[in-house]
Amino acid sequence: MSTRTSRKTSPLAPVAAKATGAMREFGNIFAMALDVIVQMFKRPFQAKEFIQQFWFIASVSIMPAALVAIPFGAVITLQLGSLTAQIGADSFNGAASVLAVIQQASPIVTTLVVAGAGGSAICADLGSRTIREEIDAMMVLGVSPIQRLVVPRVLAAMGVAALLNGMVSVVGVCGGYFFNVVVQGGTPGAFLSSFSALAQLSDLWVGTLKAVIFGFLAGLVASYRGLNPKGGPKGVGDVVNQSVVITFLLLFLVNLVISVVYLQLVPAKGA
Amino acid sequence: MGVEVAVEGLSKSFGKQAIWRDVTLTLPSGEVSVLLGPSGTGKSVFLKCLIGLLKPEKGRVVINGVDLCSCPERDLYEIRKLFGVLFQDGALFGSMNIFDNVAFPLREHTRKSEKEVRDIVMSKIDMVGMLGAEGKLPGEISGGMRKRAGLARALVLDPQIILCDEPDSGLDPVRTAYLSQLLIDLNAQIDATILIVTHNINVARTVPDNLGMLFRKELVMFGPREVLLTSEEPVVEQFLNGRRIGPIGMSEEKDQAQMAQEQAHLDAGHSDGSLEEDMRGVVPQLEPTPGLPPRDAARRRRQRVMQILHTLPESAQHGILASLSRDDYDRYQEWRRRTTGMAMPSGPGTTGTATATREQTRVSQELPTRPAAGAQPTQQIPRPVAQSRPPAPQQPQQSPPMRPRPRPWRREEGDQ
Ligand SMILES: Nc1ncnc2c1ncn2[C@@H]1O[C@H](COP(=O)(O)OP(=O)(O)OP(=O)(O)O)[C@@H](O)[C@H]1O
Ligand SMILES: [Mg+2]
Repeated sequence: MSTRTSRKTSPLAPVAAKATGAMREFGNIFAMALDVIVQMFKRPFQAKEFIQQFWFIASVSIMPAALVAIPFGAVITLQLGSLTAQIGADSFNGAASVLAVIQQASPIVTTLVVAGAGGSAICADLGSRTIREEIDAMMVLGVSPIQRLVVPRVLAAMGVAALLNGMVSVVGVCGGYFFNVVVQGGTPGAFLSSFSALAQLSDLWVGTLKAVIFGFLAGLVASYRGLNPKGGPKGVGDVVNQSVVITFLLLFLVNLVISVVYLQLVPAKGA
Repeated sequence: MGVEVAVEGLSKSFGKQAIWRDVTLTLPSGEVSVLLGPSGTGKSVFLKCLIGLLKPEKGRVVINGVDLCSCPERDLYEIRKLFGVLFQDGALFGSMNIFDNVAFPLREHTRKSEKEVRDIVMSKIDMVGMLGAEGKLPGEISGGMRKRAGLARALVLDPQIILCDEPDSGLDPVRTAYLSQLLIDLNAQIDATILIVTHNINVARTVPDNLGMLFRKELVMFGPREVLLTSEEPVVEQFLNGRRIGPIGMSEEKDQAQMAQEQAHLDAGHSDGSLEEDMRGVVPQLEPTPGLPPRDAARRRRQRVMQILHTLPESAQHGILASLSRDDYDRYQEWRRRTTGMAMPSGPGTTGTATATREQTRVSQELPTRPAAGAQPTQQIPRPVAQSRPPAPQQPQQSPPMRPRPRPWRREEGDQ
């Protein structure tokens, strides 16, 4: 983002151009998304590439995700703990924090990590391949880089996001439990029983669904930016930067949409 | 059998920067063509447009009746299977070793067993002289080796159209000579249509059937190699001779002041960077290695060129006629006599009954002149633009003794 704003020389003139440019980019990403979805079902499936990428993304994401999950779960629990205590509903602290972690925090944390650690690496990798003309060479050899390179990466990002999401949920809930019970002196029984009172299985499903969608977006944006670097190696640096920023923006936007839809469609338990 | 590539009115620009406009040319099927041009004139961009990697704004590239610029992506991938492309930097896959790089197209597009793949790949690696390096990663070999490995990969599927972006850059003269031979041999064997982009004058002089040049956003010319090699066009002359004097500057355009200054320096005795000898002129074309079949494309081209010979510039006609074998020369005269006899039945002084005189006058009118009797050992054209052409041959029958040069490099049995 910083690189973009710094290039803006005249404040007035390029606004319209920027807007159309942004729309065009969005259209391109959308077109590529459709392409990726279509090609996902095209044989032969690039299993080797998929496993490699999956392993790679997982290995760079697990540690940061776990490390972020504990304080994240803790902060939410602490915050909600004091809030529920103020309104005299401390028995519901457990349920509230678990819901917040599973539905919101965990998918977001997961994808921030997948996009930040995995996506940036994907983007840099594809970017440098593009400027070395490897992608051109691949297309000339009659092989679609979408099918061959992008699909395995996007699928890997989705898979890792889904699994990491589970891990982050568990770690986050454990962290919340620890802080609620040990630090704030809550009762373990109240924490556990409140969560069966308010939480339901569909909360877990929507969290997982979000993680999968975010993983798709992270992989897609990273690949899209990676395949379209401007200029040489400097351009690759720029697109890595942009891909992370764009993914984050998209993430929060899509999260808002999914959350609204979910809360409208699925009635909260006990309401 | 190669495939014809027809380019019609192609224009390409990046944003406001026009790269070239209205390029029209045809790569005749199975023939070898070379595209010359100063650095940065868009030769690589042209190649990428030919394979549909870049979309030109205007024009068409037609292969097998399909326009690459407007056909859907799926057809594009099909058409591309006809191509073997050597990129300027080799464009090897950095994460695979040389063997896997060369094997990649085979594994993607054929159902060959791993052993067959191995045999083919090793033969191609051997062909470009890289045996022993097949286990290395592209980052671990030299630039010239990357080029050669890229060529091996481009050739592994026996493509019908081969595009080479500067196969010689980064290679030593000896390897370049081998490479030229390799391409010609390949052409003789599989009759592929070949387009080579190069800066190497030797390659341009000896390898192609057709020669073209890009300069100042335009295709200066494209046609039988003799046309460009004997051209009086200042750009062509400057480029072929590698001189500083002329329209090509360090940057694309050169202004009057700089031109005048350079001319002054030259007049004062400062070298303009070229060698003494004129690099223009038609030199013998490279032949396939003895033992290989003669190039069918050479025969087809000869027929094609002879039919348009009278439309070519005169110096090109000299070059072409001088490079004909005696039989071909006689046959051409015969053909001209017949066709012109039919086409122009009432030319001045042609109604005479004495066929012998008619033939003679006809020939001396129609045929371009050959170098003066027994004159030059090669077909070099005189460097200062010859105002007065050399005298016409008195008698076509004399042509054998006047043949400017015996042609030991050509085995005559291959001729038509
Ligand atoms: N992707 C691109 N975006 C913008 N401009 C480009 C792009 N690719 C090439 N150009 C421009 O097109 C022009 C021609 O480039 P090209 O690489 O085709 O030159 P070339 O004739 O192959 O030169 P050389 O002989 O040095 O390889 C250059 O001015 C270059 O700046
Ligand atoms: Mg180039």
